[in-house]
Amino acid sequence: MNLKEVLEKTEARMITGESETDRECRGFYVSDLLSDVMGNAGEGEVWLTIQTHSNVVAVALLLNLAAVLFTAGAEPDATTIEKARAEGVVLLATALPTFEAAGRLYRALMEEK
Amino acid sequence: MTTPGMVLHFSVEGGDFAAAGEAASKIKKALRKIGIDAGVIRRVAIAAYEAEMNIVLHARRGRMTLEVAEDKLRVIAEDEGPGIADVDQAMQEGFSTASDLAREMGFGAGMGLPNMKKCSDTITIETVKDRGTKVIMDFNHR
Repeated sequence: MNLKEVLEKTEARMITGESETDRECRGFYVSDLLSDVMGNAGEGEVWLTIQTHSNVVAVALLLNLAAVLFTAGAEPDATTIEKARAEGVVLLATALPTFEAAGRLYRALMEEK
Repeated sequence: MTTPGMVLHFSVEGGDFAAAGEAASKIKKALRKIGIDAGVIRRVAIAAYEAEMNIVLHARRGRMTLEVAEDKLRVIAEDEGPGIADVDQAMQEGFSTASDLAREMGFGAGMGLPNMKKCSDTITIETVKDRGTKVIMDFNHR
């Protein structure tokens, strides 16, 4: 699945990384605890979270995540967006609750297999 | 460990959440530049990030050091801070002394030190109450 499909499935919009819609995502990780993500999310995955502060970008960058998808209407502040742009981290946002967004992505992933 | 061929230092400010992660990011970039294996870089990046976050969350200030030797990488995180009262307890997953604010931001899961232990080949912690903590992590890369 690529980011374009992630955007479609979750009715999300792109905040940064507009040219990266073809980027492949290898899986998904859902968590709002940064150390949990640090220890368990894999390279190339999309991270679903409601945490929006700039340290989210640092985590995404260090793990080489495909993108961060803010769920439940969570909106990153200007500092987070600026940092993501500077570092080439893709940020997406959806109004869907985390469960709904993750559920749709899971279903799509299973249909793909 | 043989004499390091490259040594890099990065200062870290306590409470500076905006800059937190920059030292780990610079360490990662430095390792990528010299062609270290991607899996090793990942382990170092995770461990360095957690060590850096511990300084930001708990200490007044600190310093991160990366030493690159032929067979090993070493990351040292030393800080001026409260020290760790009980290292064994701090190593347990889920134990944390992080503030409520830090927890709201998704820190303080009590997984920092366990992640550092998992990612490094050896970890040594020296700590003195009300003075500070020094964490030394080694990573084999050959």
